[in-house]
Amino acid sequence: MGSTSSTLLKIPNVEVLMQETGFSPAHIIRLHDRFKALDKKGRGHLCPQDFGAIKELAMNPIGDRIIGAFFSPGKETVDFHTFVKILAHFRPVDKNRPKEPNSPEPINSRSNKLRFAFQLYDQDKDGKISRDELLKVLRAMLGMQVTEEQLESIADRTIQEADLDRDDAISFEEFRKVSPEILHSRCFIKAPVIMLMERDC
Amino acid sequence: MGPFMSPFNNLLCMLLGISFTVWFTLLLVFIIVPAIFGLSFGIRRLYMKTLLKVFEWATVRMERGAKEKKHLLYKPYSLNSIIAKEPTSLEEELKEIRRNCSSRELDEFEMSDTFYFCRRGIESIVDDEVTKCFTAEELESWNLLTRSNNNFNHISTRLTVLWGLGVVIRYGFLLPLRHLLYVHMSVCVCRMKNFLSEKVHLMCYRICVRALTAIITYHHSENKPKNGGICVANHTSPIDVIILASDGCYAMVGQIHGGLMGLIQRSMVKACPHIWFERSEVKDRHLVAKRLSNHVKDKSKLPILIFPEGTCINNTSVMMFKKGSFEIGSTVYPVAIKYDPRFGEAFWNSSKFGMVNYLLRMMSSWAIVCSVWYLPPMSRQEGEDAMQFANRVKAAIARQGGLVDLLWDGGLKRGKVKDTFKEEQQKLYSKILVGTQEVRSRS
Repeated sequence: MGSTSSTLLKIPNVEVLMQETGFSPAHIIRLHDRFKALDKKGRGHLCPQDFGAIKELAMNPIGDRIIGAFFSPGKETVDFHTFVKILAHFRPVDKNRPKEPNSPEPINSRSNKLRFAFQLYDQDKDGKISRDELLKVLRAMLGMQVTEEQLESIADRTIQEADLDRDDAISFEEFRKVSPEILHSRCFIKAPVIMLMERDC
Repeated sequence: MGPFMSPFNNLLCMLLGISFTVWFTLLLVFIIVPAIFGLSFGIRRLYMKTLLKVFEWATVRMERGAKEKKHLLYKPYSLNSIIAKEPTSLEEELKEIRRNCSSRELDEFEMSDTFYFCRRGIESIVDDEVTKCFTAEELESWNLLTRSNNNFNHISTRLTVLWGLGVVIRYGFLLPLRHLLYVHMSVCVCRMKNFLSEKVHLMCYRICVRALTAIITYHHSENKPKNGGICVANHTSPIDVIILASDGCYAMVGQIHGGLMGLIQRSMVKACPHIWFERSEVKDRHLVAKRLSNHVKDKSKLPILIFPEGTCINNTSVMMFKKGSFEIGSTVYPVAIKYDPRFGEAFWNSSKFGMVNYLLRMMSSWAIVCSVWYLPPMSRQEGEDAMQFANRVKAAIARQGGLVDLLWDGGLKRGKVKDTFKEEQQKLYSKILVGTQEVRSRS
């Protein structure tokens, strides 16, 4: 047990971070602990190998794509702020958030969540999922369990159904139409056990 | 100067002499003699009860202090703190994701299928079972050891005083006492090498146990391992060996280490027929299995003590058992060991601490409290292969000790995940997609 205010003070710009992402102080602390645990060499930032050390992630068929989502193009490291902002995509949607016309869209809006998922397919970031990119994802998820022909037929069928403007690729709008309502993780629903000293957090 | 000082000198000498004698007698009566005969005065249990009361008071005090200062106190991880995980299969998850999208059956690929893998990936980044197994368990309440407190803040004067007192007692009294006992023990071993080795062994281990102030409760001693069998237990630290060996005699199996461990191993071999391997031999599983089965066939030899996890785990879960010891075909006597982390963290994080550092931490903790359950003997049944038998034993040990039964390999502490695991996931998914398609095309 320990007092949280001192841990929060150690993180720079934590107020801004909480406002941008909508995480509670308790969640921020939990994520900070996790960040430090993953950053085994204590450098203050994470590199792809640190993510690779997570065994369950290494087992995930699209694990390396998920890791890639944390690193913006050209950058080899991710700091705590970026780490938290990316994870914020998976917070459940705030249903009761007042609609302010001038405020930016929150990170965990439905649209941003879908954009994150879209990014997993669209690796060259040209705004469209080409047939080739779709094939790559299918290969990753199915491995050697299906033949090349089966893969191609699945890809063809998917594009046929989703591609409305017949350009043989799936744009973000088309992707949106075929995607379901939910992409929140069951992470971040249940808050860690806190002894509430303040009214709200 | 001379005649004036000498009465004082005499008095001082006398006092010192008396105090040493008293101390020695106390040591002999309360620690060494009971160790020899296997008796107990119950002093350690009283000590344990007192400590628990003190910890409870400290926790209440911290809570109250924090409330007064309007601080946010948070309790560390309970198993499901940030991720509300319910066990669902891949099929159910996919159905749930697709439910809102279209009412189609689960036999065709949907772009939203990646959402499931994405979600699992993010969940494992936030928290994963395997990394947690290899770090020390976090406690619900503070046990007045700085090492188990995340950030020590001055909450109340009384608590700080208590902590200070704790430091003085542990480093000024308990540590030297335990160190001295260890020294006494090695002296005893040297002198009594020629006696019945079994009695000496038990006595030495019992003194070790008292040296560490280990308070052990043995359950179901009627199931204690017999000659010609294999004793199997979950592994948390090298102290497991001391705990089991102080209640019965075993032949140890393990790799020869260097350093302090190697010294201890070599001295043990001189008294008893233990089975130590060179590192190169360990790779040759047949050689290992042959030596073990030769030992087991000889009914006069002691039962073998094996830790099939292969590495130290943090005592909240049991990881995969290596099947080597279950292939031999003799009776297996499972033993579950559970430590109480409130009195001192017994888990040896070998990537963080060396042996000497670890022993120092052990000797300066409050005490080592643990429970040992001897489970009824098990044998391999008809039609069961070694892996299934190992899993059955593991489940029994996990159930008895209140530990989580994991399928992960303890070797993941140091090695990378094998590609076979990824293939398993791919197989599962493709079976759902393609498997049903084949059925449809055939019919």
